[in-house]
Amino acid sequence: MTMSVSRIAQAVAVKDLRIELRSRIVTNQVLPFSGLVMVMFAFALDSDDVLQGVAGGLVWLATIFSLFILVQRSFAIEVSDGALDSLRVAGVNPQGIFLGKSISLFVQLIALEVVLFLTAVVLYRVSLGGAGLVLLVTCVVSATAGLAFVGTLYGGLTAGARGRETLLPLLLLPVVAPVLISATRATEAAFTSNGVTVSEGWPWVAVLAVFAAVFGLGGLLSFGSLIEE
Amino acid sequence: MQPTRVIDFVDAVAVYNDYPALAGVTFSVDRQEIVLLQGPNGAGKTTLLRACAGLIPVVRGSAHVLGVDIAIDRESIRERVGLLGHQNGLFAELTIAENVDFWSTVVGATRAERDAAMQRMSIDGKLANRRVSELSAGQKRRCALACLVVRRAEIWLLDEPHAGLDAKGRDEIDLILKEAASAGATIVVASHEVERAQQLASRTVSLVAGHVRGVS
Repeated sequence: MTMSVSRIAQAVAVKDLRIELRSRIVTNQVLPFSGLVMVMFAFALDSDDVLQGVAGGLVWLATIFSLFILVQRSFAIEVSDGALDSLRVAGVNPQGIFLGKSISLFVQLIALEVVLFLTAVVLYRVSLGGAGLVLLVTCVVSATAGLAFVGTLYGGLTAGARGRETLLPLLLLPVVAPVLISATRATEAAFTSNGVTVSEGWPWVAVLAVFAAVFGLGGLLSFGSLIEE
Repeated sequence: MQPTRVIDFVDAVAVYNDYPALAGVTFSVDRQEIVLLQGPNGAGKTTLLRACAGLIPVVRGSAHVLGVDIAIDRESIRERVGLLGHQNGLFAELTIAENVDFWSTVVGATRAERDAAMQRMSIDGKLANRRVSELSAGQKRRCALACLVVRRAEIWLLDEPHAGLDAKGRDEIDLILKEAASAGATIVVASHEVERAQQLASRTVSLVAGHVRGVS
């Protein structure tokens, strides 16, 4: 019996999130790591004016550093006992696997970003109005969708490779540069940092949405070939 | 009437990591048969199993699995073939029940089929709720076989199924395999445990350096 993509995606996402809840990698390792990155930036820059100006960029840099750990973890649970191989042998629809792993990554990244933005408000003393909040939420959702799709795609690509721990950041960092730039600009607009208005942030959100759509579609079409031997 | 011959390789060549791991293998298996593949390390046993599962392409010769030419189409047989390699394909942080549930969902097995698979592997309620990371090697193997059963695989390809098990665990695996063959499965076992596996198998295929050196 061939299962629907949505059913497989749901099973994969629930399985991944349950494993993360039990292993507590996100809460015990990723969250403290990204929090430390934020604090280190605060020490290094040591100026409220500068910090308020660059707060958006720092949050997204910390998110992208954490993305590498999350993606590696997401695929380590699949390859450590040959589960990805078993899924391939069983002919499980790779689109379902791609979507499920992307959803799980999306949820984990959103949880992380909520904490990072709250940290930025406290540590860097950035302010956020009503219109800014709407822009920020839209920016976070579209940027995170893009990061989750591209992270899953490249995680699948490097899952079976030797030296995947170092290969993944090397391949992924240039690809996520448009997300880093666009999300930083949109977040600056949401925080009205550097004299930027909220309305100036929306074109950057459109770039993020296009990025997410391209990598979402690209991942659905190519993930099966990427995880083939 | 289903065809009797379910695996039929004639002069098949498969390349793995630029090395001809199968260098012209002629090999066949009939329905409900248990066949042992034996040979030294590097003989091509694992490659032959992976080629039968459609994971490694056959680049020359002919190779049919369940009547499908896998040199042309490796995808359509996958739902009907189960491969259990050196690894179990399980998620260590999940319980046995959650692992079997996951497999049941992704392959579309019913609750009754899931329960039957657990029962067939003698996985009771207490054991079912233990995490895979807490299990013995034999219990992990039983859990992996339960996941294979829910997939309703017609051909079971097993690579060293006795590895890491104590005598009791090995006996349990043998019993499970005999029952599976009686229930309609075709089983190909690659093993270094030749004496034990020969008691289980109806035929032994000896591989050396990617060639079949004998069938007994």
